[in-house]
Amino acid sequence: MEESLEVRVLASTAEIRPELERLKALGYDFLVDLTAVDYPTREFRFELVYLVHRFADESRIRVKAATGDRAPSVTAIHPGANWLEREVFDMFGIAFDGHPNLKRILLPEDWQGHPLRKDYGIVQMDNAWVQANLGIESGQ
Amino acid sequence: MNTVLDANELVLNMGPQHPSTHGVLRVILKLDGERVTGLDCVIGYLHRGVEKIGENRTYAMFAPYVDRMDYVSAVSNGLGYCLTVEKLLGVVAPPRAEAARVILTELNRIASHLLWLGTHALDVGAITPLFYCMREREEALKIFENYCGARLTTHAFRIGGLQYQLHEGFEEQVRAFCEMFPAKIDEYERLLTGNRIWRERLEGVGILTVEDCKELGVTGPLLRAAGLAWDLRKAIPYSGYERYEFDVPTGSRGDTLDRYTVRMEEMRQSVRIMKQAVANIPSGPIMAKVPKVIKPPVGECYVSIEAPKGELGYFIVSDGTLNPYRVRVRPPGFLNLQALERMARGALVADVVAIIGTIDFVMGEVDR
Repeated sequence: MEESLEVRVLASTAEIRPELERLKALGYDFLVDLTAVDYPTREFRFELVYLVHRFADESRIRVKAATGDRAPSVTAIHPGANWLEREVFDMFGIAFDGHPNLKRILLPEDWQGHPLRKDYGIVQMDNAWVQANLGIESGQ
Repeated sequence: MNTVLDANELVLNMGPQHPSTHGVLRVILKLDGERVTGLDCVIGYLHRGVEKIGENRTYAMFAPYVDRMDYVSAVSNGLGYCLTVEKLLGVVAPPRAEAARVILTELNRIASHLLWLGTHALDVGAITPLFYCMREREEALKIFENYCGARLTTHAFRIGGLQYQLHEGFEEQVRAFCEMFPAKIDEYERLLTGNRIWRERLEGVGILTVEDCKELGVTGPLLRAAGLAWDLRKAIPYSGYERYEFDVPTGSRGDTLDRYTVRMEEMRQSVRIMKQAVANIPSGPIMAKVPKVIKPPVGECYVSIEAPKGELGYFIVSDGTLNPYRVRVRPPGFLNLQALERMARGALVADVVAIIGTIDFVMGEVDR
């Protein structure tokens, strides 16, 4: 498996904004995607993944940074990050500092927990519910 | 949105059950008379946790789920997912499968655009085009049905190629469609393009410039209508698209009328691609060598395709086990819908209906 794409791993979350600003000045002014991956065993459990695109030569750069449950918002650089950061907040519980409207987006506001965290086990929750309410094994 | 209201400000709730919000989108409009001064989208009513499901299913088991995101272009969703897993595995689908994939995906683009055209016209008050569009969409769905037995959530492709050989008569069916369809596009245009009501409802409404699109992550026909000839089939070709000749239509003003013109032309270009592909379907196997148990090596990759609605991307992280460690879907509709606020600010309430229609999103994909 070979991806023809440059990957940059940042040393800390403090570098996210300067790096994306620098890339934007180089023409990478289109934020394609922003997401996160959860690695519960790591010191900083989340990895934020940014993908930026340059139209001039159709090249892309993936920027990654490890973080705990706080990170700086990039909405001032890429306004389109607004909903993407809200989704990451909703699904992973990472709070973005400087976000204009940080609240849940896909789940109801009173939802408990953050589903895309690895310790949010939907199969176990299903089993527990079926056992408690129906008294049988769920078969999942 | 600010909850403190001015004396002459009115907050109007639209949806989630409203005929013109296309599914379950709720829009909170802040109005000054008939003018929209602010707008808030409430989404998530159709959230099913598709990305979480992906982590709990094997690679092959997850494939049918992606059809249920943007259910009017299930073939495109499946293509994007298969290409991503194939890239993780280091496998390329054989030429015959690639050609069949291109034909079915373009046919799906037409089916998706037809549903958009029909409902968009319905939203702004023209009832007839919907019936015409459904009539031709039926012909496209028949080809899907004859190929794989399903009309909507097709699950047409498999990781590594195709499951089914192309059925007998497939080529004739596609050719017949390509012969029949361009005249029908002319027919829709006769109904709409010169129609005064249609033009007055769309012209200059919901303008989005190239700069706006870049800022907000907007792709697909919206970006092209703004004037940037950017199409992933040309920019980062996949599945053999570099072998076909086609044009990327663009607009100049980035208004709702431009987006209509761009999509109409895209359907013509899809027919052009299908004609080239069907004239030259290579023989040979339809499946690449893929292990029985799909277990990609540790790694991550992002592959995106030009879905009917824009850039549809999959970011998959593999930890070398049977299930993906993380499946991220980059839905075009989610980011395009985010631009609704910018497009609708300053517009009239009736224009909001036209703008929602022109974005062409499917809530199943926005909410996943």
